[in-house]
Amino acid sequence: MIRAPIDCDVHPVLPGLAALRRYLEPHWREQIVARGLDELESNSYPKNAPLTARPDFRGPPRAGADPGRLAAQALDPFATRLAICNCLYGVQLPFSEDLGAALATALNDWIAGEWLDREPRFRASIVVPTQNPARAVAEIDRLAPDLRFVQVLMLANDSAPLGNRLWWPIYAAAARHRMPIGIHAGSTYRHAVTGVGWPSYYIEDYAAQAQSFQTQLASLIAEGVFTKFPDLYFVFIESGWTWLPAFLWRFTKFWRGLRAEVPWVATPPAEIVRARVRFTLQPIDGPDDPAVLLRVLEQLGSDRLLLFSTDHPHWQFDDTDALPHWFPKALAERVLAENALETYPRLAGAAATPAPGEGNRS
Amino acid sequence: MNVALLDHPASQAVAQGVIDCDVHQAPRSLADLRPYLSERWWRHLEMWGLRRRLGPAVGPAYPKGQPGAMRRDAWPEGGGGAGSDLGLMQRQHLDPNHVAFAILNPLTPSAQGLQNPEFSAALCTAVNRWQVEGWTSQDRRLRASIMVPYEDGPAAAAEIDRWAGERNFAQVLLLSRTAEPLGQRRYWPIYEAAERARLPVGIHAFGYGGQPVSGGGWPSFYLEEMVGHAQCAAAVLTSLVMEGVFARFPGLSVVLTEAGFAWLPSLLWRLDKLWLRLRDEVPHVGEAPSATIRRQVWLTTQPMEEPEPRRHFRDVLEWVGADRLLFASDYPHWDFDDPAEAFPVALSSELRQAICFTNAAALYRLN
Repeated sequence: MIRAPIDCDVHPVLPGLAALRRYLEPHWREQIVARGLDELESNSYPKNAPLTARPDFRGPPRAGADPGRLAAQALDPFATRLAICNCLYGVQLPFSEDLGAALATALNDWIAGEWLDREPRFRASIVVPTQNPARAVAEIDRLAPDLRFVQVLMLANDSAPLGNRLWWPIYAAAARHRMPIGIHAGSTYRHAVTGVGWPSYYIEDYAAQAQSFQTQLASLIAEGVFTKFPDLYFVFIESGWTWLPAFLWRFTKFWRGLRAEVPWVATPPAEIVRARVRFTLQPIDGPDDPAVLLRVLEQLGSDRLLLFSTDHPHWQFDDTDALPHWFPKALAERVLAENALETYPRLAGAAATPAPGEGNRS
Repeated sequence: MNVALLDHPASQAVAQGVIDCDVHQAPRSLADLRPYLSERWWRHLEMWGLRRRLGPAVGPAYPKGQPGAMRRDAWPEGGGGAGSDLGLMQRQHLDPNHVAFAILNPLTPSAQGLQNPEFSAALCTAVNRWQVEGWTSQDRRLRASIMVPYEDGPAAAAEIDRWAGERNFAQVLLLSRTAEPLGQRRYWPIYEAAERARLPVGIHAFGYGGQPVSGGGWPSFYLEEMVGHAQCAAAVLTSLVMEGVFARFPGLSVVLTEAGFAWLPSLLWRLDKLWLRLRDEVPHVGEAPSATIRRQVWLTTQPMEEPEPRRHFRDVLEWVGADRLLFASDYPHWDFDDPAEAFPVALSSELRQAICFTNAAALYRLN
């Protein structure tokens, strides 16, 4: 390792709904028992699927469920200085915004109480109830004073494309608090996960996530999000990135032909992406031959795009090969920490230390 | 933008002729199809129209950039829409661009994916009869695609059987955006019939399956839909591989039309890695997805990829494999590719000959 990295994607795993009880209001604490609520495990990551947890990360305790174990497995081997926790518990899945908002609030307080308070290297994303953007904004505003929350987390497939203006209040709130929007692989399953309907197999679902990110990038650009929010970064998390050059070529070609439809998009799409969109490193969808991937890196046309990530405990690489050995040294410097520091203002300087009293918000 | 054109190669004339794998002909009006429909179905068409899985009764889901997404110079003076006049098509495209053979893919009206399955089947048959009488029998260079009612597998197979063995038809036509991913079992009778008839299956962008073009809902703009066809094609290809369609029908050839091709390498890398990790779920997939796809899948070139800088086009050619590519112009649509101007870099004559002629001649058995 060249320098202590910042890991922009690790996954704390909620042991179960019961763990949220002490963070829920009495009404909801009673409801989850009285109504026998099931666990909100998402179909995006089947618990026992090989990809969901690397064999040597599995427990008991369950992979990702214990803060100390996660730090030992994901942070210590890389001498990681900071790691951003993205919890994927499915609070966005219920159709009731009331239930979604109650669970999101409890989940965020659980993250603060059980993760951020226990390990000074952890930072976290705010999980928001996207059932109703207004409720999401309230959750962002509630947690923003705690500077250990550094990002707002959304999923790669929701009820409407993420550039759609119904989401803009969320982006305004994030920009107000100097947080990027992190978009993570996954779905609220309001629609089939592919543009051609529901697939038969999980492998198709996971493969399709890369296509979902492409359509979301098209939506964010076409709707004018980057014009409306000039200081807002978007971080594509667990999106893959080798698809980016070909996507930009195609998008740029059609933008030239059809830009009368979106006159507010006045900058070439590749420039927008290089300035405002970031991608976590893992997974690396490439062949074994480093020469090919080096050419993809050249096609990306910028050393600012990638952010180091392990995607722990998902099984994306073996041993400690998160950053491939062939990565160019100068680029590695940027990817390991500098790009993240530029993307996440809250990681820098004083923001890295929580102010007194902000540790326990529950 | 203008800078990018500076390294555009000089026009490369195509002396040997080209095989154009995507040309769109259309009837002047629905009345052209009346001779091929029974009284019952003509009355149905007049009374109920073409009910697709889409809100508007006529027209596309997203307004195009220009009327009908057609070249403005391709509308016949005597009336009818672009693509409806064979004489104009010959004068404007087939003759000056040295088209040796053209694969016809009728899209408007599409009889495919209509809500009423019986009407869909009847209208497909009518369109195919019109294609023979109005087009392939009128110009020896033209080969049609069999329009099939793909949401009803057995009916689609029957339509393929009806035309199998006729030189008028070069392939089976599907659209990419079906009700379910095209690898699923309900569509297998189509592949079985196509393999039996030794016809490739062309899967053209667009369709009326009722699903939004993205996994995250309906986007707002035609721009997004156009770009989204590449992502849909990736999902279709994933489905065909993971359902084991290529292994079950080893003689099947699939042509992805008008969905681009530069996205393919990244998809293959991702699928190969995921297959190694998750193959327990798909034990019927017996080899790396990239190996299957490089054997049984072809892609048409239009709309041509335009990397910046353009030299990256050579990376794409190497990673996709020039043997997988088939030239297409998409005449008479607005984003037409001229065979002399379309390639963003100068190609060797061998490579050019392969993409513009020999790959398609071998696949469609044209000579």
